[in-house]
Amino acid sequence: MATQKKRKPLDDSADWTFELLEQYQAEIERVAKHYRLDTYVNQIEVITTEQMMDAYASVGMPIGYNHWTFGKKFIQTEQTYKRGRMGLAYEIVINSNPCIAYLMEENTMPMQALVMAHACYGHNSFFKSNYLFKSWTDADSIIDYLLFAKNYIADCEHKYGIDEVEATLDACHALMNHGVDRYKRPQKLSLDEELKRQKDREEYLESQVNTLWRTLPKNSQTADEKIPTFPAEPQENILYFIEKNAPLLKPWQREIVRIVRKVSQYFYPQKQTQVMNEGWACFWHYTILNHLYDEGLVTDKFMLEFLHNHTNVVAQPEYNSPYYSGINPYALGFNMFMDIRRICENPTDEDKAWFPDIAGSNWLDTLHFAMETFKDESFISQYLSPKLIRDFKLFHINDNEDNNYVEIAAIHNEQGYQQIRSMLSSQYNLSNIEVNIQIIDANVNGDRSLTLRYIPQNNVPLGSSKDEVLKHLHHLWQFDIKLVEEDEQGKDIIIGACPSPKDEN
Amino acid sequence: MANFIDRRLNSKNKSMVNRQRFLRRYKSQIKKSLADAINKRGVTDVNSGENITIPKKDLSEPFFHQGEGGNRNRIHPGNDQFTTGDHIPRPKKQQGQGSGEGEASDSGEGDDDFVFSISKDEYLNLLFEDLELPNLEKNQLDKLIEYKTVRTGFCADGVPANIDIVKSLQGSIARRIAMTASKRRELKTLDEELSELEQDNLEHTTDIKKLKKQIKALKNKIAKVPFIDTFDLRFRNYAKQAVPTSKAVMFCLMDVSGSMDQATKDIAKRFYILLYLFLTRTYKTIDVVYIRHHTQAKEVDEQEFFYSQETGGTIASSALELMSDIIEERYNASDWNIYAAQASDGDNWADDSPHCSELLKQKILPQSRYFSYIEITQRAHQTLWHQYMKIAETNPHFAMRHIKTVDDIYPVFRDLFKKNTTQAA
Repeated sequence: MATQKKRKPLDDSADWTFELLEQYQAEIERVAKHYRLDTYVNQIEVITTEQMMDAYASVGMPIGYNHWTFGKKFIQTEQTYKRGRMGLAYEIVINSNPCIAYLMEENTMPMQALVMAHACYGHNSFFKSNYLFKSWTDADSIIDYLLFAKNYIADCEHKYGIDEVEATLDACHALMNHGVDRYKRPQKLSLDEELKRQKDREEYLESQVNTLWRTLPKNSQTADEKIPTFPAEPQENILYFIEKNAPLLKPWQREIVRIVRKVSQYFYPQKQTQVMNEGWACFWHYTILNHLYDEGLVTDKFMLEFLHNHTNVVAQPEYNSPYYSGINPYALGFNMFMDIRRICENPTDEDKAWFPDIAGSNWLDTLHFAMETFKDESFISQYLSPKLIRDFKLFHINDNEDNNYVEIAAIHNEQGYQQIRSMLSSQYNLSNIEVNIQIIDANVNGDRSLTLRYIPQNNVPLGSSKDEVLKHLHHLWQFDIKLVEEDEQGKDIIIGACPSPKDEN
Repeated sequence: MANFIDRRLNSKNKSMVNRQRFLRRYKSQIKKSLADAINKRGVTDVNSGENITIPKKDLSEPFFHQGEGGNRNRIHPGNDQFTTGDHIPRPKKQQGQGSGEGEASDSGEGDDDFVFSISKDEYLNLLFEDLELPNLEKNQLDKLIEYKTVRTGFCADGVPANIDIVKSLQGSIARRIAMTASKRRELKTLDEELSELEQDNLEHTTDIKKLKKQIKALKNKIAKVPFIDTFDLRFRNYAKQAVPTSKAVMFCLMDVSGSMDQATKDIAKRFYILLYLFLTRTYKTIDVVYIRHHTQAKEVDEQEFFYSQETGGTIASSALELMSDIIEERYNASDWNIYAAQASDGDNWADDSPHCSELLKQKILPQSRYFSYIEITQRAHQTLWHQYMKIAETNPHFAMRHIKTVDDIYPVFRDLFKKNTTQAA
């Protein structure tokens, strides 16, 4: 870079224009190519504050079906924004092809450049190359699918009334986290296929409700003996099970269950890669803009504003700061990627001992490999270095309800590195955060009651909202629901039911 | 590759539908909050929206999440004092630090109330949903007609004061372009010919001279097209439009004798606020007349009406008489839509009640759109109520209700003004 000739810097005035945006975009793209960032085509949309709040309310979905919860989110966002309690994010980027990124009108030119490097090349390349996104989401069809969902739900509202649809959606939203296939890869979707399949399913299901067939005494003797429990194995994808097996759901309700399930599945990889995704994007906006600075394309004035914002984004307040609200994924991710580069370029003896395979290797290859092959949990357990633990001064707190104190289990010293690393990694393991609830039995030949089992992690009990959720589940299943938890003796204890036994008395 | 799209001019209200859905879903809670808010307003303050407060737990969307307790492990940054094995007392709940992920997933659903504001229109809509103006049909028939001058486009002639300069000059430009188009075209070809000749090496003096003459003649012709012509002139056109009168007067009558305490007056005040708000939905200008009475009636301002204390007996007819006088004096029934609301605790001098009933029947009811009477009391009804009952039987635009506590006010109001076809008939 030092050998390159200094070029005439781009205009660094605070006000942006579309020509200027394009010039910056072209330069950023050139540098991104230089670092082998592979991206979807960018579609950069300039929007106003109100539109940004709209986007917030629909959790970043460019097209969302109508539901009151988005209205609530909008009102909340608007309230906090108006009171000045919250600034809006500078950008929102959508995992789609073309990759849609929103730039806010109010941003200054250096901010727009930061956002373009961050979203259009950082996040975009992450979406395109990370294994989770590659195998779990289909960027080509998501917009079409959301459009299909919006129209389908609007259609249902016309046919069956807003209240009916709302009740179904409420019930599905309550179970949204349990509508994800964790291990089985979903099929790719396309709009035409989806429409066709939806028709097929509807026709098929309608043909099943032929009352003539019901009266036939279907070889009942063998059936009773053969099927001891259904499902044969516990099911963790509750919404999928409901969609396929709920006895009284109407075809359109099954379709709505499916839509919520698909949306949930689409967002699942984002939950698992928050640190990596943000870290990757921060690393690249930092690297790309510094590269432009080294080439003399951007001025000192530009860099000062950029660095100011960058520092705010990747700041990590300490545990006793009033601003502390957990570990900042931007800070952790950015510093980890910077640290990997450091280990590759200038390894210390410690690094050589801890990371013999990457110390001294080509940093760009190593970084791309890390980005493509890991999720937060495995990324941290693979790459969190002792130096970073020291820099962040990480410490491990064990809070056991059997004790009346909390214990410092490990700090940033030689004995603590391993433990802190594995604990931090498990802190990002979704199966530790989300509760483990599985359907173990649906009594299809008896009273059709549905039994679920909660399997506690580290003796953490289920939160109090469970009864409300069971009501929603009951709305979909329409027969008795039981929720059990296994005790130490391996016996199932009922911890919740809907309708609850009290109601019946 | 990147495409830029300017979306700033797209509609901003993508979330409007969702917002309406939200209001729709939480209508009952919002209405409850509204009922509280009404009390804090002045009678005639209708130009602001309202802050709505809903307890957050009513809004939460449940999902399975981890509860408190168990054996938890957390990593925090910024160790400044701890070493391995330290025991520290467990921080009390609700102190942000150390909140586990399980609790964090539940956050945003704290105990705070969910406060948001609704616009004036939303406020009024919610307040008066399903309500109908009393005697609306009849109103529309005999509403007084007034005339209003409105603009109705442009016309070709009129008085000079009404000339619309922009429109006229637009016409002038169009006419000039149309009239000179062929000449300009000709001029252009001549210009081209001329420059060709001038660049030619051969001598073309005579031709050039001829061409120049032609060009000059053409330019003269173009210049002669007038800049503005009477043909171009456009005048603003006005027409008279019939509009139904939008004036209403609302009489608030209240008993302020010793038996009426402040709490009772507050109940009455709410009723007046509701009525006023209700009327503003239909009428543009509303006068409010406050009449208070004990043994004598007096016209007062709002402050005095609600907040000054007097003692004495009660003669309700005095207020009705005063109202009747004021109508005669200031509010001609053919110009004004007259509404009245009377509030009392039911106490009245027994011999006066038949007189009240007469006054209403003879003088007031024939002139008013609607007369409502509310009795705010915990005790048994007295003579006034019984007399009024008789009137209510025969007069559809007379309504009376009994209010016991503050909570009754809103239902009673709704009850009084609910969409009722039989009442209007």
